Amino acid sequence: MDYLENIESLAYFSPEILLVVFAAAVIILDLVVKNRESEKVAYLALVGLGCSLVAIIITHSALGTNESKNLFWGMIRLDGFAVFFKILLLLATAATILFSIRSEELDVRLKGEYYALLLAVTFGMFLMASATNLLMIFIALETVSLTSYILAGFLTHSPRSSEAAFKYITYGAVASGTMLFGLSLIFGMVGTGDLTTIGQQLPVVLASGEVTALGVLIAITFILAGIGYKIASVPFHMWSPDVYEGAPIPITAFLSVASKAAGFALFLRFFFSGFGNSEVMQSIDLGLLLAIVSALTMTIGNLAALPQQNVKRLLAYSSIAHGGYLLMGAVLLTNGDAAIVNKGIGAIIFYLIVYFFMNLGAFYVVVLIANEAGTEMIEGYRGLSSRAPLVAGAMAIFLFSLTGIPFLAGFFGKWVLFTAVIEGNLYWLAFVGLLNSVVSLYYYARIVKAMYLESAEDTESFSFSKGTFALLTVFVVPTLLIGLLNIFYSLSEKITLQ
Amino acid sequence: MSLQHYLVISAILFTLGIFAVLTRKNAISILMGIELILNSCNLNFAAFSRFVVPPENVDGLIIPNIDGQVIAIFGIVLAAAEAAVFLAIILAIYREFGSIRPDEVDTLKG
Repeated sequence: MDYLENIESLAYFSPEILLVVFAAAVIILDLVVKNRESEKVAYLALVGLGCSLVAIIITHSALGTNESKNLFWGMIRLDGFAVFFKILLLLATAATILFSIRSEELDVRLKGEYYALLLAVTFGMFLMASATNLLMIFIALETVSLTSYILAGFLTHSPRSSEAAFKYITYGAVASGTMLFGLSLIFGMVGTGDLTTIGQQLPVVLASGEVTALGVLIAITFILAGIGYKIASVPFHMWSPDVYEGAPIPITAFLSVASKAAGFALFLRFFFSGFGNSEVMQSIDLGLLLAIVSALTMTIGNLAALPQQNVKRLLAYSSIAHGGYLLMGAVLLTNGDAAIVNKGIGAIIFYLIVYFFMNLGAFYVVVLIANEAGTEMIEGYRGLSSRAPLVAGAMAIFLFSLTGIPFLAGFFGKWVLFTAVIEGNLYWLAFVGLLNSVVSLYYYARIVKAMYLESAEDTESFSFSKGTFALLTVFVVPTLLIGLLNIFYSLSEKITLQ
Repeated sequence: MSLQHYLVISAILFTLGIFAVLTRKNAISILMGIELILNSCNLNFAAFSRFVVPPENVDGLIIPNIDGQVIAIFGIVLAAAEAAVFLAIILAIYREFGSIRPDEVDTLKG
C-alpha cells in the first residue's frame, strides 16, 4: 500500500479545503452585510458548495476510474466510493440551504453562523466518507456530531429546539465515547490505527490465539454503538424522534438524509476494510447480529410511526425504518461471496439515491406547510388538495414512494435491496422487510387521506412562489422517473470498495 | 505495572462513567460521566501503545511507538470541544426551562 505524503495530498484534498475557506468567507460576509433580511450569505454558501462540487469532479477525473489514492499517510482514501458519497452529501447540503432560505422559523440575526456551520458539517461528512484510520474516523464523527448538536439547537427562544440539542448531545456523547473505547480495544489488538493493516492483521492474531473471537465481538459491539447512533438503528435510535421534532425543519431533513448517508459510508468502509475477511466475520457471527438489528430497527420504526400526529415526528420514525431497510444491505457484507457483498453495497447506494429525493422532497413540503399553515400536525394538511393542489400531489408522490408503491422510485429502491438480500439467502429478513413495507402504508396513507378526503375549516388557498415549484419539481421528477432510468443502476453497480 | 493494571483501571473508569450518565440527576454530573468515559479511552490508547506495539529499531536507536499517545491527545482535544458545546447547550436549557435536571427537560414525547 503506497501512501501520499502531506504536501502531495493537498491537491486531492481541494474539495474539503474549499468548504473550509467558504465557511470562513460566509462568517466574514455576514459581518459586512448590513441588511439582516438579505440572503447574500446563503448564496455565498451555495457558491462554496458549487466550487467544491467542481473540485470533486476535477480530482476524480485526475484520479482515473477504479483508482484510489491514500492521502495524508493513509489517513483518508480517495476512491469512487468516497466521490459518490461526497457528491450526495454536498447536494443534500445544497438542498438544506435552499430549504433554509424559504423557511420562516430561523432567526435572521444568526444566518452567518448557521450557514458556516452547515459547510463545516459537510466538511466533517466528507471526512467520514473517506476516513481509513481509527483516529480519522473518530475525528470525522466528532466534527459532524458537534456541529449537528449546535444546528439542532439553533432556534433561540424555542424550548423544543434546546431540548432537542440537549438530548442529542447526551445520547451522542455517550455513544461516541463508547465507540472510542471499542476503537481503543481494536487498536490494542493489532497495534495500529490503519484500517487496511487491521484487515490484514486481525485474522493473523485471531489464528495465533493472542486475541479471542469474543474480544473482537465485544470491541465491534462497542463500535456499533457509535455508528448505530449516527444511522439511528435500534437500540440507539431513542434520540432521533425527539431531535427531529425539536430541530429546525431544514436541519431535520439534513440529519435524516445526510447524517444517515455519511453514517452508512463510514459503516461500509469500516467493516469492509477492517473486518472484510470472511474468516473473521464468521468466527464472530457478525451477520446474525446485524440481521437482528436490521429487523428490529425497521419493525420498531414502523410500529412507533403508526400513532404519530406530528408529521415531523412521523417522518422521524419513518427514517428510522428506512435505516433498517438500508441495514439489510449492510448484512450482506458478512457474506463470503464477493459478488454478493458488492451487490449489497450497490443496493445501499441505489437506495440512498432514491431516499435522497423522496425524503428531502417530503421534508420540503413540511417546510412549506409550516410556513403557510403554521403547524406541523396532520390537521394542518386537511384539505390541502383544494388549498394547494400541486403541493398536495407532490407530497402524495413522495409518501407513496416512501411506502414503495409501484412504479415510483421507492419501489425500485426496495426491489434492488430485497433481491440482493434474497440472493444472500436471508429469506426471513426479506420477508420481515416486506411485511414492514405493508405496515408503513398505513401511516403514510393517513397523511394522504387528510390531504384528499378531509376538508379544512379554513379553505383559503395557499400561494407559493415560482421558485418553490421549481425546487419541488427537482424532487418530484426523479421520484417518478429514477427507477425507469438505467443510468442509476449502472452507477450503483460501478461503485465498489477495495 | 503491566498492561493488565492499566486495562482494569480504564475499565473501571468507563463503567463509572456509564453509571454516572445513567443515574445522575444533574446535567453537569452527566457531563462529568462523559468525560470519565473519554478519559478511560485515552488511558487505553496510551497503555496499548506502550505495551503492545514493539518499539522501532533504527540503526541501533530504539524509537518507541507513539501512535496511541497521539490519539489520546486528539481525544483530550475533542473532549474539551465536547464539554464546551455541552455547557453551552446546558446554558440554553437553563434559560428555557429554569432547570438542568434531565427529567424536567422532557416535553418531547411519544
